[in-house]
Amino acid sequence: MKHHLIPRVIAKLTIPGILLFALYVQFHGDYGPGGGFQAGVIFGAGFILYGLVFGLENLRKVAPPQIVTAFIAVGVLLYGGVGVVSQILGANYLDYDVLSAVDHDGQHLGILLVELGVGITVAAVMMTIFMTFAGRLR
Amino acid sequence: MIAQFPALQVVIPLLGAPLCIILRRGALPWLIALLVSWAALAMAATLLSQVADGEIISYALGGWLAPLGIEYRIDTLNAFMLLLVAGTSSAVLPFAYKSVAKEIPQDRHYLFYSGFLLMLTGLLGMAITGDAFNVFVFIEISSLSSYAMIAMGRDRRALSAAFTYLVMGTVGATFFLIGVGLIYAVTGTLNMADLAERLPPLYQSRTVLAAFAFISVGILLKLALFPLHLWLPNAYTYAPSVVTAFLAATATKVAIYLLLRFGYTVFGAEFVFNIVPASEVLLTLALAGVIIASFVAIFQSDVKRLLAYSSVAQIGYIILGISYANVTGLTASIVHIFNHAVTKGALFLVMGCVAYAAGACRLESFAGLGKRMPLTMAAFVIAGLSLIGVPLTAGFISKWYLVLGAMEKGWWPVAAVILATSLLAAVYVWRVVEIAYFRDAPADAPPLSDPPLALLVPTWVLTGACVYFGIETSLSLGFAEQAAIQLMGGG
Amino acid sequence: MEVLGHFNYWVVVVLMMIGFYALIARGNLIKKIVGLNIFQASVFLLFITLGKVTGGSAPIIAEGITVYSNPLPHVLILTAIVVGVATTALGLALVVRIHESYSTIEENEIADMDREP
Repeated sequence: MKHHLIPRVIAKLTIPGILLFALYVQFHGDYGPGGGFQAGVIFGAGFILYGLVFGLENLRKVAPPQIVTAFIAVGVLLYGGVGVVSQILGANYLDYDVLSAVDHDGQHLGILLVELGVGITVAAVMMTIFMTFAGRLR
Repeated sequence: MIAQFPALQVVIPLLGAPLCIILRRGALPWLIALLVSWAALAMAATLLSQVADGEIISYALGGWLAPLGIEYRIDTLNAFMLLLVAGTSSAVLPFAYKSVAKEIPQDRHYLFYSGFLLMLTGLLGMAITGDAFNVFVFIEISSLSSYAMIAMGRDRRALSAAFTYLVMGTVGATFFLIGVGLIYAVTGTLNMADLAERLPPLYQSRTVLAAFAFISVGILLKLALFPLHLWLPNAYTYAPSVVTAFLAATATKVAIYLLLRFGYTVFGAEFVFNIVPASEVLLTLALAGVIIASFVAIFQSDVKRLLAYSSVAQIGYIILGISYANVTGLTASIVHIFNHAVTKGALFLVMGCVAYAAGACRLESFAGLGKRMPLTMAAFVIAGLSLIGVPLTAGFISKWYLVLGAMEKGWWPVAAVILATSLLAAVYVWRVVEIAYFRDAPADAPPLSDPPLALLVPTWVLTGACVYFGIETSLSLGFAEQAAIQLMGGG
Repeated sequence: MEVLGHFNYWVVVVLMMIGFYALIARGNLIKKIVGLNIFQASVFLLFITLGKVTGGSAPIIAEGITVYSNPLPHVLILTAIVVGVATTALGLALVVRIHESYSTIEENEIADMDREP
């Protein structure tokens, strides 16, 4: 898409906004609509837009497939790890109350971390799916 | 610590899968998968010993109590299934090291073991959860990973087999989801124990009838009851050997567990057998499946496919026991779930050994194997005898109870069919044995010998189990009987 | 009015049948996946419809609102949508690999090629 100036400029303008909006959806998820799934998809969409406009090679430089694959695993481990931590602290799996002694703080912290794990995994999966399919074409 | 086992049972395999992706070098993923599986087996054994006296363990995930939160609920049948799944994977994984190294390119090994652990997670989750929607999630976890695993087969036909399975499996799971939605609409709950209390007053509701129809058809698709078995033969034939052995021993069996759980616990025997003619329908389909699939198996030229059709027939036997609607029949079904898993696991591992040494499982490539791979073929003969149901093998115990159950009902023709189809099983096992022992290998055949011990030991462990559970039945039969009584007692 | 009152359910049934028909009758593997998607979408719609409470607002706590729609089906369907995306991705990946090794994505042609190995 080297000779298409308009998509390149628009993409450059919108991608930061998309990523920022993803972070908002991610971290506001425990107060309003949102959460890891939605945020992850939006975040992944930002990168996919970059890949569509600037080419797969450039996307691979920005987000090396090896690292993206590792992030899939990191997200799941973060999610499961929070549950295991609550088990070590003596409660049931994913019982956030033990994470903090202050009222309800544990619930906030727990859901924030779990949703972060979900978000990381979903974003990484979306990017992996895009890169895998796009890479097959050549 | 032990109080946390119900959650850890599922969580440890779930966390093992991403670990395999991060630590992808060399044999590490295999080692992780093996350790995780053995840990799961130890936990399943502990849980089974805890519920052995009829106690029921309830575990509230996230500290949210049932019926609001997701509950893991373990009675004898749950623990029995957990032991079966974890036990099979623990026996199959040592086999996987050499077999996978031969059948799958090195750069995909970590994905294989990661997928294997996800499959294990899904199956364990289906067997442990007490929440109807959670069941759907675990069905999909295990199914999605098994589609991917089947597609890793060497033959390109593995791809089309995986695609067919994907389409049929997704339709089955979606049917199940529709059913769950309908019972949620009339009861407002998803917890199985809670559903069991709220459904009886609604037995005449058409919504409940429709929900039952959707759920049972969805599950029957997953457990491959004739005529919904079309995905099974190709999937089993072209999947990598390890995957075939694991899937054949566990995936359809856990689906049968779901049928029992939804039939007896959620909807209740009263509804299933008196209001809906489930007994008649299941009896017809099971008999048709047993007879037709056994006949089809006789005419196969690929031994793996022959065994796959035999699996369809054996699933027919299990459903047959359920259709009796009495304790003996149910005991026979549950014990056959276990015995058939052990037997088919052993037989498919033998296929893995043959594929490792000879490269294919065509019937003609078995010529002379009796002399050239004596230990492998001896395992085939013993497990084959168990498949037929010869006394002193595991298969005999379940067939004996199936016949007893039929006679208790006065269904003599059914007992006759069981005996006649056992003869058909003898025919298809004999075809392989005859070629292996009495036909000489072609003169230009490459030299073959038994595969390395890493393959033979797991094969013989499962083969030994076929004999062990034919003689010492307190584990299999004892727990099956207790589980049957618990199910029948409305538990 | 009785019929129109169940408008959502009629849509669910029609979509379900369209999806199921495409799944069974079409030989093209991509079209099968599209059919599967429509079929799943109809089930999502069924759940969302079940969660609607007449006069209820979106289930976010706000002042002056007492009636909320049931949020549970929404959450269930969020999970089911993710499952659906995973299924679609896996299905399409299989189609890509089938195309690479068979050079076709028509079901009957693949079946013909399988018969004579």
